[in-house]
Amino acid sequence: MPTATYDDTAVPVDDEGFFTEPDRWTEAMAGQLAREQGIEDLTERHWTVIRFMRSEYTAKGTGPTVRVLGKTSGVSVKELYQLFPKGPAKTAAKIAGIPKPRGCI
Amino acid sequence: MSKHIVVLGSGTAGTLTANRLRRMYDERECRITVVDQDDDHVYQPGLLFVPFGLAQPHGLVRSRPRQLHDGIDYRRARIDRVDLDADTVHFAVGGWLTYDVLVVATGAMLLPEETEGLTGPGWGEKVFTFYDLPGAIDLHHALEHFDGGRVVVNVADLPVKCPVAPLEFAFLADWYFQRCGIRDRVELTYVTPLDGAFTKPVAARALSGLLAHKGIELVTEFTLGEVDGTGGRLVSYDEREVAFDLAVVVPLHGGAAYVGRSPGLGDELGFVPVDPHTLQHPDRANVFAIGDAAGLPASKAGSVAHFEGEVLAHNIGRFLAGQPLDASYDGHTNCFVETGFHKALLIDFNYETEPLPGHFPAAVGLPLLKESHANHLGKLAFEWLYWHSLLPGRELPGIGSAMPEHGKNHVHV
Ligand SMILES: Cc1cc2nc3c(=O)[nH]c(=O)nc-3n(C[C@H](O)[C@H](O)[C@H](O)COP(=O)(O)OP(=O)(O)OC[C@H]3O[C@@H](n4cnc5c(N)ncnc54)[C@H](O)[C@@H]3O)c2cc1C
Repeated sequence: MPTATYDDTAVPVDDEGFFTEPDRWTEAMAGQLAREQGIEDLTERHWTVIRFMRSEYTAKGTGPTVRVLGKTSGVSVKELYQLFPKGPAKTAAKIAGIPKPRGCI
Repeated sequence: MSKHIVVLGSGTAGTLTANRLRRMYDERECRITVVDQDDDHVYQPGLLFVPFGLAQPHGLVRSRPRQLHDGIDYRRARIDRVDLDADTVHFAVGGWLTYDVLVVATGAMLLPEETEGLTGPGWGEKVFTFYDLPGAIDLHHALEHFDGGRVVVNVADLPVKCPVAPLEFAFLADWYFQRCGIRDRVELTYVTPLDGAFTKPVAARALSGLLAHKGIELVTEFTLGEVDGTGGRLVSYDEREVAFDLAVVVPLHGGAAYVGRSPGLGDELGFVPVDPHTLQHPDRANVFAIGDAAGLPASKAGSVAHFEGEVLAHNIGRFLAGQPLDASYDGHTNCFVETGFHKALLIDFNYETEPLPGHFPAAVGLPLLKESHANHLGKLAFEWLYWHSLLPGRELPGIGSAMPEHGKNHVHV
């Protein structure tokens, strides 16, 4: 299992860099995680989504899809793409330190 | 005392569940009522063939109540909402039913109006869907008059019914335009929100190989934000564009609208979250969901409803007898993928095992993940099996609910 270092702490991640143990994540790690995704500054709107991702993960065991995020996070799909241009569900999951969303089949 | 089981929806899943339950119970032990809003049962897998003139629309439709065994009450009504605290189903025109056990089998609904512009200018003229009967018929007429240009097949976003059907459409379109002698004048593009042709890696590789082989361009990670019918453009949320002369779009899907009006029943998209192995609602022991209506990490397919049906009927029996449920549904899915030129390939998988090459149902059998004429015949035979085995709730010879491990070759991507 690969590891990555954020905020001077080594944490286990999967092959694509998603956290495998969300409890190891701290808010202090988010800035560096975001920069790795090409997001220089995390605004309050980004944080709304990041916190929502974590609470959904805690409640349901997987991160939401873009469509569900758009319906429930209070941030529209359009704005989600402005905040996380490379794909909101995956990028926000990565920054929020939760595993890759399972999505649909 | 006699129990009342109410089944909401008389499509694939509701019909086969009611028929299985009717065979399990004497009429004095248990009353079964099935509710649906209309009387026309459409063989949905046949919709794929309508646009190409390979199926006659009227041949796909049969009477709903006539698919139900004797001794099942059929009630034609639109469901307005379910009151879970009162174990009551309310109808739109007034009236209600109370239940001891509720089975939600109201499927998935198409939501084209949720995508900006999709039902705007061009809808029904150069923007179509084949996911319902009127749409498939309109598309048939459009294809008859089509003489070349850019044809785009797009899935707006998941989940959708039968996620291989849009790929099959692209394969058949390639065949159709060759047969018409205009393939060299048609640019075919398959546009998907996924990062490959399919969700699971081994099958994705095989299917994208087929697309490439047939000269169909693949555009991935494209989540449809807007359809510009006048300008002939699909625009993704991250502002990429795909130009078209004819677009075939599989719209967003959601659960039946009444689910959203029934507090505690469904999730954000109107699907009913149930235990993936028992199909029981997490908060209501007497509520179950099956088929496309269920919010499960399984495909929305008729074969899934069939495999679930066996487990569900058994579990309802155990629930009514006060016994613990069997957690035995494994996510088994089985789909024939029509690839054109009288060939098809077959995929068979479950929650744990992705579609793999090999043979089905055992080492001697139909080839998996590989094109063959035998699989095409299997796809055609499915229609007969649908009306005569699946809906009556009979087992398919040699094929049980659990996915067969035997005959699958484990490979690494
Ligand atoms: C183009 C296409 C191709 C497909 N190909 C295949 C294939 O090759 N193989 C395969 O296995 N599957 C295939 N499928 C999928 C398959 O058809 C579905 O998964 C299956 O029919 C689901 O059954 P269901 O009972 O859950 O839903 P449905 O059969 O859709 O039934 C739902 C029922 O609920 C009723 N209902 C909904 N809301 C209300 C309400 N408010 N009040 C009263 N009644 C209501 C509806 O009228 C309907 O009858 C395909 C689907 C499509 C669209």
